[in-house]
Formats: sequence, structure tokens, C-alpha cells
Amino acid sequence: MVKNLFATRWGIISVGAIIGIFAPLLQKWGNPGNMGVCVACFERDIAGALGLHRAAVVQYMRPEIIGFVLGSLIAAYIFREFRSRTGSAPIVRFVLGAFAMIGSLVFLGCPWRAMLRLAAGDGNAIFGLLGLIFGIWIGTLFLKGGYNLGRAEKTHTSVGWLMPLTMLGFLVLMLIFPQIQGQDKNGVLFYSLKGPGAMHAPLIVSLIVGLGIGFLAQRSRFCTMGAFRDVLLFRQTHLLSGVIALVVVAFITNIIANQFHAGFAGQPVAHTMGVWNFGGMVLAGLAFALAGGCPGRQLFLAGEGDGDAAVFVFGMIVGAGIAHNFGLASSPKGVGPHGIAAVIIGILVCLFIGFTMRRK
Amino acid sequence: MSTTVDARGLSCPQPVLMTLDEIKKIDKGEIVVLVDTETSKENVTRAASSQGWSLKDMQEGSEGSYRITFAK
Repeated sequence: MVKNLFATRWGIISVGAIIGIFAPLLQKWGNPGNMGVCVACFERDIAGALGLHRAAVVQYMRPEIIGFVLGSLIAAYIFREFRSRTGSAPIVRFVLGAFAMIGSLVFLGCPWRAMLRLAAGDGNAIFGLLGLIFGIWIGTLFLKGGYNLGRAEKTHTSVGWLMPLTMLGFLVLMLIFPQIQGQDKNGVLFYSLKGPGAMHAPLIVSLIVGLGIGFLAQRSRFCTMGAFRDVLLFRQTHLLSGVIALVVVAFITNIIANQFHAGFAGQPVAHTMGVWNFGGMVLAGLAFALAGGCPGRQLFLAGEGDGDAAVFVFGMIVGAGIAHNFGLASSPKGVGPHGIAAVIIGILVCLFIGFTMRRK
Repeated sequence: MSTTVDARGLSCPQPVLMTLDEIKKIDKGEIVVLVDTETSKENVTRAASSQGWSLKDMQEGSEGSYRITFAK
């Protein structure tokens, strides 16, 4: 049996460090400010590219997300870890995915982007990270109390292939209907003419970096939610060391690339409403904790055959559609007209799930 | 005397929680843990060794399931 080097302490630290180099570089190569990689934002952009919402500034079929799933698929096959499985409360995972997305869009970023924002000097990210940790802490109380989504079962290989095939389909759509300068639509795909959705690294660069991160994250089980959960639940710092490596290396890369600007006001794709930066991430952190993984980890799991993680991903994409159609998502001006109500409802839904899905 | 923790089909962090619960209960002896993903195998092994339990035996079953025995 070959020992999995990436599952060691140095393995997870090097994977965090590699992400910490390439995320700021993706920004240098064209991605939006402090958004070299943001799983929630990019899935939201994908929802926009498909027309599930019509927020004109956030529409782009992000190849990083496609790469995350396919890179994980490749790693899982090479190391014989692909296991098609599903049946562990899929509907609950869908709902958690939708609310995780809504919470993330109130903050304007998932845990990945919260780290990257912090590493670039955005002080608002501190409120977001505190919210994230608080939300995860609530999740650990439920886990200690017996909260459980139930067992998944092995199933047909094709079930595990549905998410990778969906991502391949998205890539094919991008090739059939590529972006045309000055046009907001080509065939079935929407494109942004301005705003974050118009800012992106070249397709091939995004795809290759995405594939690389997907591959490494599958091997190392990198998870930005598990990092805090394991410390709170087991006093284990294994995953946390990967996340700390990401922040430290991204900070250094940002300094070198002249992308570090400390402050609160005027940060890229960010607002300064501290309470709701905190509140949005409480909801997201709780939803990720109850679903067992951060948005990146859900993509990597979906790539190695986990049909329940795939349902969570679809929940996030649909949640992004809802968030923008109903005015729940924030903008640099502040929270959306119904963002606060959505956070409160989302937390209540998560508490309902946490209190009622207990064994013992 | 050994007790068995069946964590098959359960995802992170359930297998580790169940193993640590069992460790708290019996303090000494042998625990058999059944898991069916590589990730769970790594996580459970890491958690048990952090509690001073040693890996006594690991048998690979069909389609990547594992029967892991820890002892203290």
C-alpha cells in the first residue's frame, strides 16, 4: 500500500501553500480583486452564465470550478479512491447548500475568499472569519449532541459521474459558445461586460490551476471548514495547518505582487457592514459544518463520487440564483434589500435541521 | 475483549466522533473500526494515535473498505 504523502502534516501544509501562491496569481492573471479563488463567488458566476440569475456583473462559466471537480476525479481514479455513493439526506444537503451560498453572498465570499481577503489586507474579512468560526462552533455543538445526516450507500458508478459529467458539459458549452468581445451573450451562455464577472484569467490558465488544486486537494482532504471544526471538536490542528499555510503564503505572494492593501473601506468586492459580514458567515459556517465540508471540499468530494456532496453543490448554484433574483446578495454598497431577513431565516432553518436530525 | 465501531457510509467527522466516543468508554483494550473511504481510514487512524492507541491490524476488504484494529 502506498502511503498518502499528502495526508501528512507537511502534505497538507504544502497544499495550502500552493493554493496560497496560485490564488493571488490568478488575480494577477485577470481574476477579480481578492478573488483569485472563491468557490461561492465562482459558482454564483456559473449560475449567472447559465441565466439562473440575471445580475449582469456576475456572469461567467468559471473554469476553476470545473477544474476542481475534474482534478479531484483524476486523482481519485489514479489512486483508486473513486467511490460512487449517495443517499445520506440529499434534500437536507441541497437546502444547506442553498443557505450556505446565501450566507456567503451576504458576506461576499466563501471561507476560501475570506482567507484570501484577509491575506490581502481587507479588515472586513476579520468579521467574516469570526462569523465563520462562530457558525462552525454552533455546528460542533450539534455534532456533539448526536447530529448526523445518516449513512450513504454504495451505488452505480454512473451516479458518481454525474457531477464530473456536468462540469465537462459546462466546459464544452464554453468551447462551443466562447466569450465574444463586447457581447453579453453567446448561444446559451451569458457573459458580463463589466464588474467581477468580466474579470477573469485566460480559460486555459484557470482550468489548469483548477485541475491542479482539485488534484492536490483530493489527495490532502484540504477543507477550510474542517480546519476550524477539528480544532473545536477534537483539538486537532491537522487541517488548520493547511489553512494557515494558505493565508501566510497568500500574504507573502500579495506583498510581492503588490496586491496587499490594508484597510476597511474601498476593498475590492467587499462592504463594510461588520455585523452582516459576521452574520452572513455565521449562517455559511453553520451550514458548511452541518453538511460536513467547505464549498471547496464539497466539489472535491463530488469529484471522487460522492453524490450527496454533488447535491450540495447544486444547492449552492441554485441558492446563488435565488440570492440574486430576490435581492439577498450584498454589493460593495452594503447588504441587499432582503439580505438580513434571509440570514435570519437561514439560521433558523439550520437550527431546525440541527435540532431535529439527532440519533441517540 | 474488543468492541466494534461501524462507521461505514458515514462521512466526516462521524467516524472520528464515534471512535473517540468508544475510546472514552473503554479506556483500554481493543477497538475494531469499520470504514469505507480512504479519508475516514486516515482520519480515524490519526485520531486514535493522538489518544495513545496503536494500530494493531488493518485489513482491506472489498471495494476499499477497511477493518482497522486499535489497541491500548
